[in-house]
Amino acid sequence: MKKGPFDMGQIDIAWCPGCGNFGILTALKGALTELGVRPEKLVIASGIGQAAKTPHYVRTNVFNGLHGRAVPAATAIKAANPGLTVIAEGGDGDMYGEGGNHFIHAIRRNPDITVIVHNNMVYALTKGQASPTSSIGFKTPVQVRGVTEEPFNAIAVSVALNASFVARAFAGDHDQTKDIIKKAVSHRGFALVEILQPCVSFNKVNTYQWFKENTAYHEASYDPSDRFAAFKRATEAEKMLLGIFYVNPDKPCFEDTLPPYYKETTPLFKRRIDGEKLFGLIDSRRRV
Amino acid sequence: MKRVVEGSQAVAEAVRLARVGVISAYPITPQTHIVEFLSEYCANGSLKARFMRVESEHSALAALIGTASTGVRAFTATSGQGLALMHELLHWTSGARLPIVMAEVNRALAPGWNIWVDQTDSLAQRDTGWIQLYCENGQEVLDTVLQAYRLGELVNLPVMVVLDAFFLSHTYEPVDVPEQETVDSFLPPYEPKFQLDPKDPCAFGSLVTPNIYMEMRHSIAQAMDDALRCFPYIEDEFEKIFDRRYGTVEALYCDDADIILVTTGTITSTSRQVVNELRAEGEKVGLMKLKLFRPFPVHHVRSVLISAKKIAVIDRNFSFGAGGIFAQEIRAALCNEPGHPPVYGYIAGIGGRDVTTDVIGEIYRRTKNSEAPEAESIWMGLQEV
Ligand SMILES: Cc1ncc(C[n+]2csc(CCOP(=O)(O)OP(=O)(O)O)c2C)c(N)n1
Ligand code: SF4
Repeated sequence: MKKGPFDMGQIDIAWCPGCGNFGILTALKGALTELGVRPEKLVIASGIGQAAKTPHYVRTNVFNGLHGRAVPAATAIKAANPGLTVIAEGGDGDMYGEGGNHFIHAIRRNPDITVIVHNNMVYALTKGQASPTSSIGFKTPVQVRGVTEEPFNAIAVSVALNASFVARAFAGDHDQTKDIIKKAVSHRGFALVEILQPCVSFNKVNTYQWFKENTAYHEASYDPSDRFAAFKRATEAEKMLLGIFYVNPDKPCFEDTLPPYYKETTPLFKRRIDGEKLFGLIDSRRRV
Repeated sequence: MKRVVEGSQAVAEAVRLARVGVISAYPITPQTHIVEFLSEYCANGSLKARFMRVESEHSALAALIGTASTGVRAFTATSGQGLALMHELLHWTSGARLPIVMAEVNRALAPGWNIWVDQTDSLAQRDTGWIQLYCENGQEVLDTVLQAYRLGELVNLPVMVVLDAFFLSHTYEPVDVPEQETVDSFLPPYEPKFQLDPKDPCAFGSLVTPNIYMEMRHSIAQAMDDALRCFPYIEDEFEKIFDRRYGTVEALYCDDADIILVTTGTITSTSRQVVNELRAEGEKVGLMKLKLFRPFPVHHVRSVLISAKKIAVIDRNFSFGAGGIFAQEIRAALCNEPGHPPVYGYIAGIGGRDVTTDVIGEIYRRTKNSEAPEAESIWMGLQEV
């Protein structure tokens, strides 16, 4: 097979055979390749978890930070250098649990980043406890009698917060997932792609088969600019819907609201400090 | 009854026997087994506690602060990053004088992601007002959790029971798991000295101005002193019932020793073997195991160490810019004693590297063969990089 620009060559991948993460990795690399993103112009930030290992297997710049904290790092990387394509990637525990607060406020802030969440409805790296998206009744060695809390509905929350791009994909559907990632990365503003991901080792309920039976794509005529329709679909649909739920292209991006970028878009690291201007400013504020 | 249990299960058995009312925790390797055992006990009814599932360690301790404020016995467990994330609330727990008990499984901190043993996580929390007790084996873990509730509830301070990742948390050993009635005779139901009570309304956590904040802090300092004074009495009672005691420190062959090794956690067990072998060869070596670290048993440490010729402290931790943390504290404990022995600080086993009998033997020989410490901290077994 021909080596793509994001392929690492022979490496050990620390995922179980059959894990949904493999499909996501392939779709992600495919999407980036087809978009013509250059590896040196891309940064993938992640936290901790099985999903958060993904960037280790992509030939590009990687920031692997604390559990739950990929989104603030990604936001700041984009703010420091808007010329980069920035992706934050992690699991449902990482992004919606430990990182839940960041997730909500990043939507409000609207940085031009893509947030890819591998939703396997379990904490896999710590070997199978319930996550914020586990279904009611899901049994684990910690939730012995089954989960009692309602699962976190990230799609509904994102639409409610007027996120600028909201989509859901399924790791088993390569072409559709690749297409959704391409649209998300091309979108200007905060883009959420939640990817349903079977964890074959610790989630025996939400299997490939289960996802096949319990998901359906939006019909081709669906209009993702209607926020209320999107919310209804995120909350009321019988099956978990797949595809793009909502797009709002009119929100200003976080980077655009930052004073250094009012007049020019050159990344901060490329700018020379104008000493004279700086001292002039300090002098102009002196009282004596 | 003696049972072969994992270190994590020894913690969980003690929490069950302590009749804890509320448990809240967030999973992190290598703490997860503790929480899984406890969940099982809650589900099968052998422990009548509520298990609160939360989204982070910060939330876990916050939930228990709420619980303990209503006068309920509370427990959590964490490790490394999880403990670091709790930091703000660690101060709150002691400031609010809530006797929550935590099992802390020592794990190395990131970056350089590492799940193995390293004590820097718990030692970095030494100034938060938590009592800290370090354990050597499964039996000590079980016993210490029981003692922790007695001690914490007596002086109204939270207690951290600290155990090594994997070497202790995941190792199976025979442990005497006592009967419930026996434990009840040692640890009566919790009687809070104050609590949120609808019948007697009160407010916690309001603004404290400079004219009284200092006195509040001083009362925490006094409670720490009380903990140090009371621990031996609690151990007396414990010993009467269970026929075991540990001491704030344990001194082995220290009376006539020229060189005393100072250890904590599982390194102690390995050191016992080394010291016994060296003694058999006629070496005048002793071993001091430090169990209670906060409050620091200054007088006891001083009396054990003062007449030796040299002290060698093994630290599986490091305070950057200063040195091994136990070594620092031991130097501070000795510094006002005229003619005190020099303290050699050795750094070993960082990030889960094995501290073998060979490493400990070399520490002994290096201490013996050098007139004075070669450096403030001597890193053992560093590779060329
Ligand atoms: C502060 C902190 N707490 C806990 C952990 C332990 N931990 C690592 S990954 C993880 C959750 C993994 O679940 P998820 O994010 O859904 O990813 P998955 O492994 O399922 O892909 C947890 C709890 C940690 N690394 N840091
Ligand atoms: S444990 Fe689950 S999520 Fe992790 S690699 Fe295996 S199948 Fe994938």
